[in-house]
Amino acid sequence: MTRQTSLNTTHREMGARMVPFGGWDMPLHYGSQIEEHHAVRRDAGMFDVSHMSVVDLMGRGARDYLRHLLANDVDKLRSLGRALYSCMLKENAGVIDDLIVYRLGDAFYRLVVNAATTEKDLAWLRQQSSGFELEILHRADLDMIAIQGPNARTKTLPLLPADCAAAAGLAPFNAVLGKDWVVARTGYTGEDGFEVMLPKEKTVAFWHALHDAGVQPCGLGSRDTLRLEAGMNLYGSDMDEQTSPLEAGLGWTLAWEPADRDFIGRSALEAQKARGELQSFVGLLLEGKGVLRNHQKLFQGDREIGEITSGGFSPTLQLSIALARIAPDVEGAIQVEMRGKFLPVRRVKPNFVRHGQSLIES
Amino acid sequence: MSDLPNELKYTKTHEWARNEGDGTLTVGITDHAQELLGDLVFVDLPQIGATVTAGGDCAVVESVKAASDIYSPVSGEIIAVNEALSDSPEIINESAFGEGWIFKVRMSDASEFDALLDSNGYAAVMAEDDH
Repeated sequence: MTRQTSLNTTHREMGARMVPFGGWDMPLHYGSQIEEHHAVRRDAGMFDVSHMSVVDLMGRGARDYLRHLLANDVDKLRSLGRALYSCMLKENAGVIDDLIVYRLGDAFYRLVVNAATTEKDLAWLRQQSSGFELEILHRADLDMIAIQGPNARTKTLPLLPADCAAAAGLAPFNAVLGKDWVVARTGYTGEDGFEVMLPKEKTVAFWHALHDAGVQPCGLGSRDTLRLEAGMNLYGSDMDEQTSPLEAGLGWTLAWEPADRDFIGRSALEAQKARGELQSFVGLLLEGKGVLRNHQKLFQGDREIGEITSGGFSPTLQLSIALARIAPDVEGAIQVEMRGKFLPVRRVKPNFVRHGQSLIES
Repeated sequence: MSDLPNELKYTKTHEWARNEGDGTLTVGITDHAQELLGDLVFVDLPQIGATVTAGGDCAVVESVKAASDIYSPVSGEIIAVNEALSDSPEIINESAFGEGWIFKVRMSDASEFDALLDSNGYAAVMAEDDH
């Protein structure tokens, strides 16, 4: 059965084209995906991300539990409100999910996990919790709205409840906890902005207030092109249970120190590093016509060297970009097979646009 | 659902064709097709002078979502292409039945035009799509 967020009727009233996504009925766009993309790069846009799941971990054992569960280290969260991006790995270092963890209290952490993986994640979280003193609470009573863009914070701040006023002074990757709202300066677009978790009964009014303040409703289509330009991975496309974070450009999220922290997947990762021969995760540009798409094959002459994991059109750069995984030893020119033709692609670092600016050297 | 001009003929593959009365047709994709594709970002136009066959692919449109072949509704020769689409493919999104035409073809067999769907026939195709 397809699930609906609190905003389903609102999306339809605002002209959304609805599509199934991860078991949910979600807006793809409200007319033009490209205009929504530009609104976020140039002004402010908002996304209903209530299909994602909020999971609270409460109890004295929460810290030790998370230091075992996650490949990044929650001890980096030195002050209350700090946020951290991490992978959650299997023993063999395959990625179960990627998530954000917030430290909201001394014995209170909050995870935000992907929609399609929620059931699997909850089962894993519970399975790994034995021996730790904590409670795992799926907060299905909360929705989440992301407001992103250079003017997102200015337009959002006056609409927040008084107990979240401290949001005005938030540093990036920090959150403020109100009575029942959480406002975090995080996002998935490469722009400044907030992600707001709020009680379901407040969501429709908040969405309308943001709309009245000139924030553009944006669908999953622009969410994907924005994160692709920002070089941010998408779970299920760029990595999954069969992929090591070391082959998905996520090495920076692995906390190796302290060396005695025995997180799930650590020994498998160490074995992979010792063995070497890891595939490279790269960015690609197509300077000619056409659009790079997921699963297109990459070649060097006759030799197949890899595959595009996420491809699309970049509205900011006005050409097609992709994330791709290629064989370890590849140097020199790469071609993509597109509709029977082999077209040259340029290899670049896997981030393309930040804060409205191209990161590509011409 | 979008309004379908009655003076046009249609294909099951979402092209429209307008008979110019001089043995040539103007061809584009329907408003329904552009809506399904989303924002268009590239159009690969056919070569002027190329020979096309009814139902054969002769152009490509790429949107933010997918690449899609364009099939010629009739057999014949390409006599013109809409060069404006090279720089501004979004014209198709804005005016699929008008400014967003893709190519003109000189028919080699006028009976192929008569065999195309009328607006009612194409409306039935769209209704099936929605299931």
